[in-house]
Amino acid sequence: MRALTWHGTHDVRVDTVDDPEIINSRDAILKITSTAICGSDLHLYDGVIPGVRPGDVLGHEFMGEVVETGRDSTLKKGQRVVVPFTISCGGCFHCKIQQYSACENSNPAEKQDMSATLYGHPMAGLFGYSHLTGGYSGGQAEYVRVPYSDVGPIVIPDHLEDEKVLFLSDILPTGWMGAENAEIQPDDTVAVWGCGPVGLFAIQSAIVMGASKVIAIDHYPHRLELAKQLGAEVIDFRKTDVREALMEMSGGIGCDAVIDAVGMEAHGFAIDNMIDIAKQKIGIGADRASALKQAILAVRPGGRVSIPGVYGGMTDKFPLGALMEKGLQVRSGQTHVQRYTKDLLEKIEDGTLDTTFLISHRLPLEEAPRGYKNFREEQDSWTKVVLKPGMEQEQAA
Amino acid sequence: MDDRKTIGLAGTMAGIALAAGGAAFAGFLAQRHKQGDDDAPLYTRKRPGTDNPIVGRTVTIRKPREELYEFWKDFQNLPSFMENVESIREEGDARIWTIKAPAGRTVEVRTKIVQDTANQTIAWRSVEGSDIDTNGEVSFADAPGDRGTRVSLVMFYDPPAGELGRAIAKLFLREPEVQARHDLKRFKMLMETGEVTTSAHTNDATRKAKQQENEA
Ligand SMILES: [Zn+2]
Ligand SMILES: [Zn+2]
Repeated sequence: MRALTWHGTHDVRVDTVDDPEIINSRDAILKITSTAICGSDLHLYDGVIPGVRPGDVLGHEFMGEVVETGRDSTLKKGQRVVVPFTISCGGCFHCKIQQYSACENSNPAEKQDMSATLYGHPMAGLFGYSHLTGGYSGGQAEYVRVPYSDVGPIVIPDHLEDEKVLFLSDILPTGWMGAENAEIQPDDTVAVWGCGPVGLFAIQSAIVMGASKVIAIDHYPHRLELAKQLGAEVIDFRKTDVREALMEMSGGIGCDAVIDAVGMEAHGFAIDNMIDIAKQKIGIGADRASALKQAILAVRPGGRVSIPGVYGGMTDKFPLGALMEKGLQVRSGQTHVQRYTKDLLEKIEDGTLDTTFLISHRLPLEEAPRGYKNFREEQDSWTKVVLKPGMEQEQAA
Repeated sequence: MDDRKTIGLAGTMAGIALAAGGAAFAGFLAQRHKQGDDDAPLYTRKRPGTDNPIVGRTVTIRKPREELYEFWKDFQNLPSFMENVESIREEGDARIWTIKAPAGRTVEVRTKIVQDTANQTIAWRSVEGSDIDTNGEVSFADAPGDRGTRVSLVMFYDPPAGELGRAIAKLFLREPEVQARHDLKRFKMLMETGEVTTSAHTNDATRKAKQQENEA
C-alpha cells in the first residue's frame, strides 16, 4: 500500500510499504477514506519529538471502512468508523475509570521503558506518533491496523459524511476536554492561547459550555477571524500587550480560566522564548512554553489553567511562584478520546457543533508532503489539511 | 528444537554453578522478604555495586487472585508471556525450562517447586543438572477495592564465580531485571486484555517472528 512515511526533519515521503495484517484477535483493518494532518504532526515533522524512526508511517487522525476483523473484534466489515488517536485496551484500571489516554496495556511492554524513564510512568500507545508511544503505524495511509478495535472506534451513521465526523479522532475531543478541564462556569471570562484547530474547538466548546466571554490570542489574521466568527473576542499578540489587555477585558480581575492550546513550539518574541528556541535547535530540548508562562500570569488568583497543547520535555524559567502564590489549579493530559466520542457525535448530529469550517485543503494522499510543508509554512491560510487516499490527483482543491 | 544448538553446559559448568547453589537458595529464602530499616522491598534498595542478585517487580492486574494463580500454576502457560522462554516441560516433579540464548542457542534450567500456597505463592528453585542457578517466587495479594490483584515476581540468580561465570551470566541473564519487568507487563496484558499487545504492522514483524528469524 501507499503511506506517508517519516525520513527525517522536514522530510516526509509517500512510499510503498507492506499492507497491515490482523495480528491479535481484537484487531481490525481499515481502508482509510479520510485522514488529517495534525498540528502535533508538525512536532514530528520539525524533529522535536524523540523516538521517531525513518520509515515510520505517521497519522493519528483518521477514519475509514472496516475491511477485515479479528475473531474478537466487535466491528463488522463495511462499517464506517472514526478511530481515537489514543489506543486503549478497555480492561485496565485506567480504562475502567475512563482515563483512556493512560491505558496501561496499549504500549507494548518493550516500548514502555523510554517514556517511563522520561515521565516516571510509561505512556499509552498512540497511532503514528513515535516509538515513545508504541511505534504504531499511523493512518496517513491506504490501510491501517487498529488494535483493540472493540474499544476505540465509533461507528458513523451513513448520512454523516466524513468531513463532519473526522475530527472526532482527536482535535474535537481535545478542544472539548481542554474546555472541560478549565471547569467553565456561566459568568466566566476564558482566554485561549492559539487559534489552531484545537484552540478553535476549545473556543467553540467553551461557548457551548456557557462562558460569558471567550478571548482568543494568536497573530495569524485569518485564524483570529475564524475565532471571531465562532463568537470570541480576539487579541493579536504582536500588536497588543496580552496581559494588560486581558486584565482590562476581564474588568481588572484576570481571566477565570486560561487554556494553552499552543504547546511546545510557541511563537513569540519574549527573551526566554528566544532562548528556548535556540536550545530546541541545538537539541538540548527545552520546550518553548511562552504561551503557558503568559497564561499563568494572566489567570486570576484561584483560577484554572488547562493545557491541551502538547509538551514533551522540560521547560526553563517556569513561573512556579505565580502558580503557587496565586493558588492555581492545573489540568492537562492527552485526551481521553473514548470518553467523549459518543456525546460529541450526538452534538454533531443535532447541529450543536459543526467543525467543517476548519478544513481549508483537501489533497490526495500522494500529495501529503506538500500538505505538511504548507500546513507548517502557511499556517494562516492552511488551517487544516484532509488527505483522501481515494482521491484522484487532479481533483485536489 | 535443534539439539545441536543446546549448549551442553550441564557437563562443563554445572559443577561451578551448583556448588554454591544450596547456600544461595538458603540466602534467597532468608532475604526475599527481608526488610531493611524501612518498609520497602529489599530489591528496591540503592545498590552501589551491581552485585545484588535479587530482582523484583510488582504489577496490579484487574483480575481475581484465584484466576491469576491458576494460570501461573500451569507452568506450560508461562512461555505465552515470558519472551525468552521457549518452552517449559514437566519431568516428574521437575520442570525443564528451555530458555533462548544469543545466536539461536538455548540453555536448560531445571527447577522444582519448593512452595505452593493456593492463591498466594508459588516458589521454585533450580536443581542439579540445571545450566543456571536460580530461584523465583511469584506472589498474589488482593489490591484495594476492585483494583484486582497485586502480583509480585522476585527472582534470584547466582552467576557462577570467576571470569567464565561472569561471561555466562552476561550471556544468559542479560538484564534479567528488564526481562522480568517486561514479562510481568505481558502477563498483565494477557490477563487483562486476552492478548499480548504489539505495534507490529504485519505478522512477520512481530517480535516473536523476528526472534524465530534470528534463530534460523
Ligand atoms: Zn492530532
Ligand atoms: Zn487500558
